[in-house]
Amino acid sequence: MRRPTHVTRWLGSTAVQCLLVLVALVWITPLAGLLLSSLRSERDNASEGWWTAFTDPAQLSFENYRSLLEDAGLVQAFWNTVLISVPTTLLVVGVAALAGYAFAWMEFPGRDALFLVVVGLLVVPVQIGLLPVAKLFGAVGLFGTVAGVVLFHVAYGLPFGVFLLRNFFAEIPREMLEAARLDGGGEWRIFRRLVLPLGRPALASLAIFQFLWVWNDMLVALLFADGESQPLTVALQSQMRQFGSNIGVLAPGAFLSLAVPLVVFFAFQKHFVQGVMAGSVK
Amino acid sequence: MDRKPTARAAADPRRRALRRRRLLGAAFALPALLLLGALVAYPVVFSVGRSLFDASGDRFVGADNYVEMVRDPATLKALRNSALWVVVAPALLTGLGLLLAVLTERVRWATAFKLVLFLPMAVSFLAAGIVFRLAYEQDPDRGVLNAVVVGVHDAFAEPSPYPTARARDGRGLAGGPADGYTSGELRPGSVAVLPFVGVAPGAVPAGAEAARAPAPAPDGLAGTVYLDFTPGTGGRPGVVDDREKGLPGMTVEAVRDGRAVATARTAADGSFHFDGLGDGTYRLRVPAANFAAGYGGVDWLGPALVTPAIIGAYLWVWTGFSMVLIGAGLAALPRDVLEAARVDGANERQIFRRITVPLLAPVLTVVFVTLVINVMKVFDLVYVIAPGPVQEEANVLATRMWLVSFGGGNDQGLGSALSVLLLLLVVPAMVFNIRRFRKGGS
Repeated sequence: MRRPTHVTRWLGSTAVQCLLVLVALVWITPLAGLLLSSLRSERDNASEGWWTAFTDPAQLSFENYRSLLEDAGLVQAFWNTVLISVPTTLLVVGVAALAGYAFAWMEFPGRDALFLVVVGLLVVPVQIGLLPVAKLFGAVGLFGTVAGVVLFHVAYGLPFGVFLLRNFFAEIPREMLEAARLDGGGEWRIFRRLVLPLGRPALASLAIFQFLWVWNDMLVALLFADGESQPLTVALQSQMRQFGSNIGVLAPGAFLSLAVPLVVFFAFQKHFVQGVMAGSVK
Repeated sequence: MDRKPTARAAADPRRRALRRRRLLGAAFALPALLLLGALVAYPVVFSVGRSLFDASGDRFVGADNYVEMVRDPATLKALRNSALWVVVAPALLTGLGLLLAVLTERVRWATAFKLVLFLPMAVSFLAAGIVFRLAYEQDPDRGVLNAVVVGVHDAFAEPSPYPTARARDGRGLAGGPADGYTSGELRPGSVAVLPFVGVAPGAVPAGAEAARAPAPAPDGLAGTVYLDFTPGTGGRPGVVDDREKGLPGMTVEAVRDGRAVATARTAADGSFHFDGLGDGTYRLRVPAANFAAGYGGVDWLGPALVTPAIIGAYLWVWTGFSMVLIGAGLAALPRDVLEAARVDGANERQIFRRITVPLLAPVLTVVFVTLVINVMKVFDLVYVIAPGPVQEEANVLATRMWLVSFGGGNDQGLGSALSVLLLLLVVPAMVFNIRRFRKGGS
């Protein structure tokens, strides 16, 4: 066998590096296009590609963003997104932590069978809930409200949340819990003082995953939210019909909806990747 | 008999404590179980039942809605598209992820690279949809993809110089821009002037000079291709006037017995000449390629390519996921096995095929199954990227289900049947999850 010399190895690694740089560029380009388009006037966008901004930076301005922030409907939609995703995240984490602890360390009839059902529900597509829950919400007056959207998201976030937290809590050493019980700690006290602090990494991953999932959702809100409770994704989606003439709204709007997940992404990289990885079986 | 009270007294607190603990356990799990029961489990049962009734829900129709799926062309199309998605996307993503994971192991800036590729996972499908609607724009002056495609195309095949030109009628050239133009018969030693119109003065290349017909060699043909138009007045049709310019870069062929025997390209003054032609009669031909319309790029979001185009956007979102997961698997491979193989003289490709891939099989399976589940449910990207007129061509199960149930179709029977089908399709994944969980023990 021919041993690779330094030169061939160097050539090989240079080729690999070039290839990877190319791939990274391909990945960045669409986002760069969106960003630059959002900073150009409607007229520039209609006549020339965004890449001309590299040679003519005078095209760029925050005009689109300024008019976006003056659009009461879109600003309201942005706040709706916050109003939907923050409570959903808190509720999923809270309810799933309680249930996760119960499934891991408490006894109640049918516990193990019920947990298998939860595992089974992991992959149930939201589509199957749309029509029945819409009827249900219609009957109790939740249809078209932020609360309805939140409840739906919480329910469909729970199987994964319970599954993740139950498995994480199950790793807590039995002796620790028994010592706490012998010390006379009630279950609620143990849950708050021992289980929640120990489970922090899993809770963080779940929270980030759930937050992004709901922040980025369009389908559920498309059905369950109305004109006043609609989040940003739905508000922007309704502008897609006149795509060509609407880039001045759509591009900055999309960037606004991107900004929060990107901040979360860069601030909590590790938890973010873990959350997405753990949530992948969904 | 008389000991019973004491026994009961001892057992009672314990039993009561047990009952209390069980109640407490149920209470902890209750909120989750209630929500799951009412909003997830009950809808499954409801949808299965609803799928057996007609559109309005009044009449029991048995399996008719399921038969309708394959009978209704639009729904059948969605089924086909979903099948295409499931066959293509997970395999491509797993392969791409594996390739990139292996390659990034060899560079120092792997972390930065993974960050860049993972970034789209943070982006909503709606935003990704807007990003790609922009990238896929047909007009090469707006869509970056077609700008690249047209750029590459024009680098290899020069764009035709005069897409709007046509020959002056009745001045010696027969034919049309679609088939090219042919002159009358000529013998060696003759001169031909080939008048064209329909080129805007601004579209004439900057280097063009006043038209001039050169003298032919005795055994050749010569002539000029020119713009038969004098700005202002005084131009005579079919005659080379003073201020009329040649059309440089035109291709002219000398044709004998229907076959091109020589080809020339016009100079700055529009002149061309053929030398050393044998005796006989010739015709001059100005081929259609001179007038071909400019290449407009690929119609990415047209009916033919819309699904592959959307799958492309999906790859952009998910490749990072597949790469990072497989990369984590690679990092956990036993180094000594790989080293031993290297010492034994195995080359990199053998190591990859015989050792890396088999050892990675469990990770690859998880990635693949995950992707299949997610691809099956793809909705937003298709809904957002496909332009209205081609929505029908691009539909997958989830978008079709939406349109049928809520988007004007208003057939909740068929809609429910489609959602049940979606559920049935992910049942294998459900079984996979439960089995993996039970094998895992805890």
